[in-house]
Amino acid sequence: MIKAIHNYIIFLRRCVKIAFVGDWRYYAWMGLLTTIVLLGINAYCKQFVNGLIVTGMSDEVSWGVYIANFTFLVGVAAAAVMLVIPVYIYRNEELYDLVIFGELLSVAAILMCLAFVTVDLGRPDHFWHLIPGIGQFNFPASMLSWDVLVLNGYLLLNLHICGYLLYSRYCGRKPSPWFYIPFVFTAIAWAISIHTVTAFLYVGLGGRPFWNSSIVGPRFLASAFTAGPSLIILALQVIRHVTLYKISDKALLTLRSIVQVSMIINVFLLLNELFKEFYTGTVHVASLKYLFFGLHGHHALVPWIWTAITFNLSAMVMLVLPVSRSLKWLNVACVLSIVGIWIEKGMGMVIPGFTPTTLGEIIEYHPSANETLVCLGIWAFGLLCYTIFLRMAVPILQGQLSRANEGSDHLTTQPPPKVVADFHF
Amino acid sequence: MDSQPNDTPTPAPPDMNRRGFLRTSAMFAAGAAALTASLKPLLQLKDFTSVDKFLQKYYKEMTPEDMEKVLKRIADDVERQYQVRPHVRDLKPMDGVEFVYALNLTRCIGCRKCVHACVKENNQSRSPEIQYIRVLKMPHGSLDVEKSEHNYSPEAVPEKGFFYMPVQCQQCRNPPCVKVCPVHATWQEKDGITVIDYDWCIGCRYCMAACPYGARHFNFTKPTIPADRLNPEMAYLGNRPRSMGVTEKCHFCVQRTRAGRYPACVEVCPAGARKFGNILDPESEVSKILSTKRVFIQLKEELGTSPRFFYYFDV
Repeated sequence: MIKAIHNYIIFLRRCVKIAFVGDWRYYAWMGLLTTIVLLGINAYCKQFVNGLIVTGMSDEVSWGVYIANFTFLVGVAAAAVMLVIPVYIYRNEELYDLVIFGELLSVAAILMCLAFVTVDLGRPDHFWHLIPGIGQFNFPASMLSWDVLVLNGYLLLNLHICGYLLYSRYCGRKPSPWFYIPFVFTAIAWAISIHTVTAFLYVGLGGRPFWNSSIVGPRFLASAFTAGPSLIILALQVIRHVTLYKISDKALLTLRSIVQVSMIINVFLLLNELFKEFYTGTVHVASLKYLFFGLHGHHALVPWIWTAITFNLSAMVMLVLPVSRSLKWLNVACVLSIVGIWIEKGMGMVIPGFTPTTLGEIIEYHPSANETLVCLGIWAFGLLCYTIFLRMAVPILQGQLSRANEGSDHLTTQPPPKVVADFHF
Repeated sequence: MDSQPNDTPTPAPPDMNRRGFLRTSAMFAAGAAALTASLKPLLQLKDFTSVDKFLQKYYKEMTPEDMEKVLKRIADDVERQYQVRPHVRDLKPMDGVEFVYALNLTRCIGCRKCVHACVKENNQSRSPEIQYIRVLKMPHGSLDVEKSEHNYSPEAVPEKGFFYMPVQCQQCRNPPCVKVCPVHATWQEKDGITVIDYDWCIGCRYCMAACPYGARHFNFTKPTIPADRLNPEMAYLGNRPRSMGVTEKCHFCVQRTRAGRYPACVEVCPAGARKFGNILDPESEVSKILSTKRVFIQLKEELGTSPRFFYYFDV
């Protein structure tokens, strides 16, 4: 037992060490991210001292880009299953190892989600009131308490799956299915649940007709399964470029078909919503009118949503046409989908819920500079985490970081050409 | 933070352990310095919390001794900040009482005296100013709030062709804000008042998203109240000064109503439009109004929140 713990600690120590080793490009990238993270921390400290008044939020629009980013990232986290399902249910061997990259992305996304919720709190020092058992946890009535449970649960599940598979590979032994297959299947259902619960957070509010619509949940899932795998497609190509890790085009094209179908469903669901609201034209159409055309001379979101719609539609066309079998076009389609969905599901989802207000006023929201810096800081933090995870995972998967070479410390002091120094852009 | 890339200038692999060590140390030193610099704004932090305040128990779990200590802590804090010794009490709901509000839309003239009496009574922040009551100026004939005007400022009120509808916490029987609060920081008491434990709220603002009446307000920064304007007659669940980062709202002036007085807005109304009382007492004014008026309105009745705040007309 003690021996096992000792071995595990050695493994962790080597993983940490390798995160600090790389060539100049690695240092430049990490240095850049660290700088942005620190700027974000600085901005958050200002908010911590002066209160949320340093943001653009108000009594009328009481949630802003923090919650918008949170919502988007829950979707990204949920999308890891779109790699897991083909592998474990349809036995698609092509994607087998890539599952780990997907799940590591979801770990990074969940960390960002937790950070976004935390910076949104007015009293982060009262955080402990949320801890079940110690505080007062309003479960099951509050959807926010569900979200706390499912997000943290999902984080633990994915940490376990990735950690176990990577450690087994490190030790050079075959992972025992009993230790991870049940968790993989749980994680599939769980991934759906995190995004459904996050949708219910909005759907459950009767006083906000824009959110109080049963299509919000399905739309969340469809957009998540578009943006998430798009992000994974891009990440995999970066991995393929900066390391010698082999990722076949076929794997990327499998993901392409997922993005393709999801985007079509996403656009279809949007049409459903637009038809219902605009054709019937009840008073509840006000929020959508504000979003798409502006209301009573207020137009803040109009350019955003039309950008999103244009991006989504162009991405859909590209994905449907055979051109996106070429990676160049596929990448363009992925970037368009990610940006389009980030707008549509972030600002385009959160802000119209508050506009017009429950008492019929229109108060426009613009994120402040400080708020934007905090967001950038959290995104940089997420990328930093993901980079570190990959920096650890790739050599393990390739066998360069393993129990067998434990004694030789060459990885940490002398990067071997294969993993670290051999970049081929 | 900017110095970090400069401290690691060598793309060539460091072949000596000592050089590697120096480089690592330099990296960590630069990192620590950058982190310290980024944390600098925290130096301006004062009065944010204290050990007692941080560890304070949840309202419903406090023993009478705990509450006594907390009330003393609050009084001390207020005295230190405002040089006024307040009288802070923890007033409990009375048996056989359920408070209900009735507002006569025919009588309201839109003067907003209630708005300001409320701010004064309940120690709301003056800058930025928080108001629990919002008076909507509505065109004749419609209860659609989207047709309302909030920031009207004519020479004189009332104006022809309009009526006025003050909106504040509706003290719902089915309060969405209570349902969504993840930490039970807000709940409905047996006299019908939905209250907030300001020291338990985490400031997630989910209740503000849930409230269909815009009744909840957030302390986006440290509230400021001029010391000479402070109302020293305070209640724990009522008008004691709030801290930054928590929500607040109308609580039917618990510091007054649980001690047998009318809410400040009722007292100040020059038109007699505001009526308040115990619905469980058949002889009370509100009971009479609700049993005799042909029509009264619960705002946004279709949402199922079942407000204890009724609008009525003289017909």
